[in-house]
Amino acid sequence: MVDILNAIIPAALFFSAPLIFTALGGVFSERSGVVNIGLEGLMVMGAFVGIVFNLTFAETLGPWTPWLSMLVAMIVSGLFAIIHAIATVSLRADHVVSGIAINFLALGLGVFLTKQWYEKGQTDMISKPFYTKTIPLLSDIPVIGTIFFKGVYLTSYIAIILAFVAWYILYKTPFGLRLRAVGEHPMAADTNGINVYRMRYIAVIISGMLGGLGGSVFAMTIALNFSATTIAGQGFMALAAVIFGKWHPIGAMGAALFFGFAQSLSVISSGVPILADVPQVYLSIAPYVLTVLALAGFIGRAEAPKALGDPYIKGTR
Amino acid sequence: MISNRLFNIIVPFASVFIGLIAGAIIMLIYGYSPIEGYKALWNGAFGDAYFLGETIRQVTPYIFTGLAVAFAFRAGLFNIGAEGQVFAGWLAAVWIGTSFDLPIFIHLPLAIIVAALAGAAIAFIPGLLKARLGVHEVIVTIMFNYIVLFSVNSIIRNVLTDSADKTEKIAPTASLQSEWLQGLTDYSRMHFGIVLALLAVFVMWFIMEKTTIGYEIRSVGYNRHASEYAGMKVSKNIILAMVISGAFAGLAGSMEGLGTFGNMSIQSGFTNLGFDGIAVALLGANRAIGVVFAAILFGALKVGALNMPTDAGVPSELVDVIIAFIIFFVASSYLIRLIILRFQKGEK
Amino acid sequence: MDYVIEMLDIRKEFPGVVANNNITLQVKKGEIHALLGENGAGKSTLMNVLFGLYQPERGEIKIKGEKVHITNPNIANDLGIGMVHQHFMLVEPFTVTQNIILGSEPKKGIKIDLRKAEKEVQELSDRYGLRVDPRAKIRDISVGMQQRVEILKMLYRGADVLIFDEPTAVLTPQEIDELIEIMQSLVKEGKSIILITHKLKEIMQTCDRCTVIRKGEGIGTVNVADTTVDELAALMVGRAVSFKTEKTEANPQEVVLEVENLHVNDTRNIPTVKGLNLEVRANEIVGIAGVDGNGQTELIEAIAGLRKVESGSISLNGKPITKLSPRKVTEMGLGHIPQDRQKMGLVLDFPVSENIILQSYYKEPYSKHKLLKYEKIDQYAKKIVDEYDVRTPSIHTKTSALSGGNQQKVIIGREVDRSPDFLIAAQPTRGLDVGAIEFIHKKLIEERDNGKAVLLVSFELDEILNVSDRIVVLFDGKIVADVKPSETDEQQLGLLMAGSVEERVGEET
Repeated sequence: MVDILNAIIPAALFFSAPLIFTALGGVFSERSGVVNIGLEGLMVMGAFVGIVFNLTFAETLGPWTPWLSMLVAMIVSGLFAIIHAIATVSLRADHVVSGIAINFLALGLGVFLTKQWYEKGQTDMISKPFYTKTIPLLSDIPVIGTIFFKGVYLTSYIAIILAFVAWYILYKTPFGLRLRAVGEHPMAADTNGINVYRMRYIAVIISGMLGGLGGSVFAMTIALNFSATTIAGQGFMALAAVIFGKWHPIGAMGAALFFGFAQSLSVISSGVPILADVPQVYLSIAPYVLTVLALAGFIGRAEAPKALGDPYIKGTR
Repeated sequence: MISNRLFNIIVPFASVFIGLIAGAIIMLIYGYSPIEGYKALWNGAFGDAYFLGETIRQVTPYIFTGLAVAFAFRAGLFNIGAEGQVFAGWLAAVWIGTSFDLPIFIHLPLAIIVAALAGAAIAFIPGLLKARLGVHEVIVTIMFNYIVLFSVNSIIRNVLTDSADKTEKIAPTASLQSEWLQGLTDYSRMHFGIVLALLAVFVMWFIMEKTTIGYEIRSVGYNRHASEYAGMKVSKNIILAMVISGAFAGLAGSMEGLGTFGNMSIQSGFTNLGFDGIAVALLGANRAIGVVFAAILFGALKVGALNMPTDAGVPSELVDVIIAFIIFFVASSYLIRLIILRFQKGEK
Repeated sequence: MDYVIEMLDIRKEFPGVVANNNITLQVKKGEIHALLGENGAGKSTLMNVLFGLYQPERGEIKIKGEKVHITNPNIANDLGIGMVHQHFMLVEPFTVTQNIILGSEPKKGIKIDLRKAEKEVQELSDRYGLRVDPRAKIRDISVGMQQRVEILKMLYRGADVLIFDEPTAVLTPQEIDELIEIMQSLVKEGKSIILITHKLKEIMQTCDRCTVIRKGEGIGTVNVADTTVDELAALMVGRAVSFKTEKTEANPQEVVLEVENLHVNDTRNIPTVKGLNLEVRANEIVGIAGVDGNGQTELIEAIAGLRKVESGSISLNGKPITKLSPRKVTEMGLGHIPQDRQKMGLVLDFPVSENIILQSYYKEPYSKHKLLKYEKIDQYAKKIVDEYDVRTPSIHTKTSALSGGNQQKVIIGREVDRSPDFLIAAQPTRGLDVGAIEFIHKKLIEERDNGKAVLLVSFELDEILNVSDRIVVLFDGKIVADVKPSETDEQQLGLLMAGSVEERVGEET
């Protein structure tokens, strides 16, 4: 049993981290009322920037390379998300359509520039990815230590901590109260002197940063290079986690962990006796089927922010 | 004041124009000549019989997915699931095409109809969830895209073949391919599907504008409460619209299975036919005839793009960037409205 | 005399329309000042100018004698102007306190100091006698309470001038009385109040002065003590208005609609209509008086087949319709002017012609074998547009482009022209100007005179008293009284609507 957990849990954490980051981004955006189907594209941008920066500066930056790559990916994706904010918030574009355009644009630009700079369809493998760490002291705890703290990625723990930070921000601070108010009843927020447009821009930019973080972590722990198929559906899976987690940061983290767990099962199933007989396809589609079931109300009702997807037009009442 | 109808025509043209300008700017930044680039694009789409044939081949499924998205849109539904419905139709068509031995006048229609049914079946579930439980169709259809993707791959590997990456070729009796059309277009992969696509355009226009079915669907799309008040069965109409939409997408899949490829391979990701269909529908203002023009544009861009690396050295992905910009600007039509208003004020 | 607010000679244009012209509004400290005008007269525009949502083309605004430029609502807030909106600006899943502090939260470190905020809200609530629970969630408290939260929001921000936008529309008579008390205690504490309304009696009852606007023009300001209801009405409409609708005595015939022991639940599945009995006869208009939320919507929807009946029965012309679909009920002789014309009565994006056939598109001659016959549809649409005086550029114009009155005429034409035996008119004149109101009342009475049964549901007691031949009072899902308009008055109806028991009717009259 311990052996099985020892195989599954680090793998689940490994697959979950990018999903957690990105799903948290989705929570911020959607809580402010902006639908973000573009999470996929934001992850693509993060993966692309992370890999390119890593390849370019690996020599000069040494062991700091992946961390700085992550930071830069975060910033660039945050800036990139402004396009989504302009379209949805200022220009009243349909949020879903704009999100789809973000996905097209990120992938198109990423591959275009890859071909431009590397003269082929994918980049080289990075030489400075994130490595697994064994956390001193904690890993010495019997049983738990080996399962949770040996051979794990620090990024997984950062993701989990960040979920709690996001919860604190959204539910305990004035900023969070305002952000949620804007997503529920923007006009009420406006009459209270809150700048609805500004809040939504900030939320979308945060979602871009977190999406970029997720994409770059995926690229630098799992994929290790960038091509058109590096990010293939992780963004949509993160979106599913947002909804499965009922638009709550901790819920989204839980959902992302669970989806990561399902993914890890489909990877390591051959090594686990009970799972070896389960056809792979069931594990692959599990996250999506579960999300549909959750939406249908079979697993608790998921209630979206009230003004989700509505443009806010000042002065109409 | 500018009339609404005129505005609806200006928006797509302006969006395409701005999209192409954006593409030109990117080419300039990376040291390409936009004129050379677009010339390569044009030649790659229409330059000779072969390219023309390939463009028409690409336009065919675009018309179908464009109709699929547009039809659902008119009922107030956003079918992002065309992607998965395409795969379902593709698989179904190939399945029928490979596993029966029938005369052509039964085999081909059967394969096409089953493809439509497969797409419809996939779209039925989100339609049902929307109609009965009010679950938002956008998320459900996205989830179904992945469910279908993995399931289709599993079926190809485990049911249709013995762990192979692709199915056998379909029987000639189920094929839309035509040596005559291929000969005419210098051996492009053009097939008879385009005829079906144009027929489908007429069908959508006729249902929407001329029948009480279309009247109900439009009514439900605009105002569910008023439709219910007027005695229409809202749930039935939502499900019907999704099913018809899914059938169009399934037909797009059959174009790939019976026309372009003649088989189906394991798919690592999506073909984007469904997502591009959203752009086609949007640019075509969700009207049947608009979809035709938009499909021609996107088909030409996609096929023409393949000629850009050889003729002008420009990576073909530039076209994806251009398409993304076009979608942004169509969706942000408010911007174009503002510009027109500013322009008119200036005139005064 | 010192004015706290002066809006002088304000003009505001929108493309193609002058929404405000020559309007002067001067509010004294410590008064309740009415802003009177018909729906669409420009009251909201003027207040939005004051609130900084719009910039006027001409005119100036002075606060306590000093000229100011209010370019956004925050400036208005800083100047001590607060607005209690007609549609409450409250975030439903938030608590009372969270709603009140939103935008100016007290902090402890980076965290909201919720405890301090709750204490402050409690203190404010106590001081003005508002009795609000700071920790309650908005979605769990009554409409009257929600309005008090809105008031607290303004007080928390230190507003000196409070604008109330049609505040009584959603309240019970008791809540209205309490609101008036609250407003008076606010004025006593030195606040000033602007009351936006088109209800003349409220003005007579509560206000010190009244500024009238009509069709965007400023008409003038009068002292309420020196004027009468009739005079105010004439100022508002521009001509003498008789509030009595001309009609002959009713002569009720056989029962057309019969409702017996009806039970219906609302959208949240809470019992709302609880054992209701009702009869409407041919040649009779029955008015349902009652405060919004006492089961009106559920009753209408149950009759129309739009909502499931839990138990009891409904019959039309002696035939049961309890379990029939909306279409079947319509075909059996129901005409229905729904209470929300834009949400339910019309497909706003359809052209006028397609809205006119909304109930009959599936029947010949408008369609045959599921094919629409546009020629016949257009012919019929033209006929309705002419007969019901719908002002529209064309029958192919989008219905959303029409004014509220003309939209309502499209619905009335569609419903009445089918000549249904039983007509439901739910709030048929809400938000319309006096001309349209008169037209609609006339049509309802005409239908009655043609031998039809009419059920009128309205939250305006004036309308109920004027148009009905018989009034039933709906309270808590039951009919609690059945009276003749000539034998009752607003005060008595008000008491009944508030649930004072049935027996008292006899004692008091």
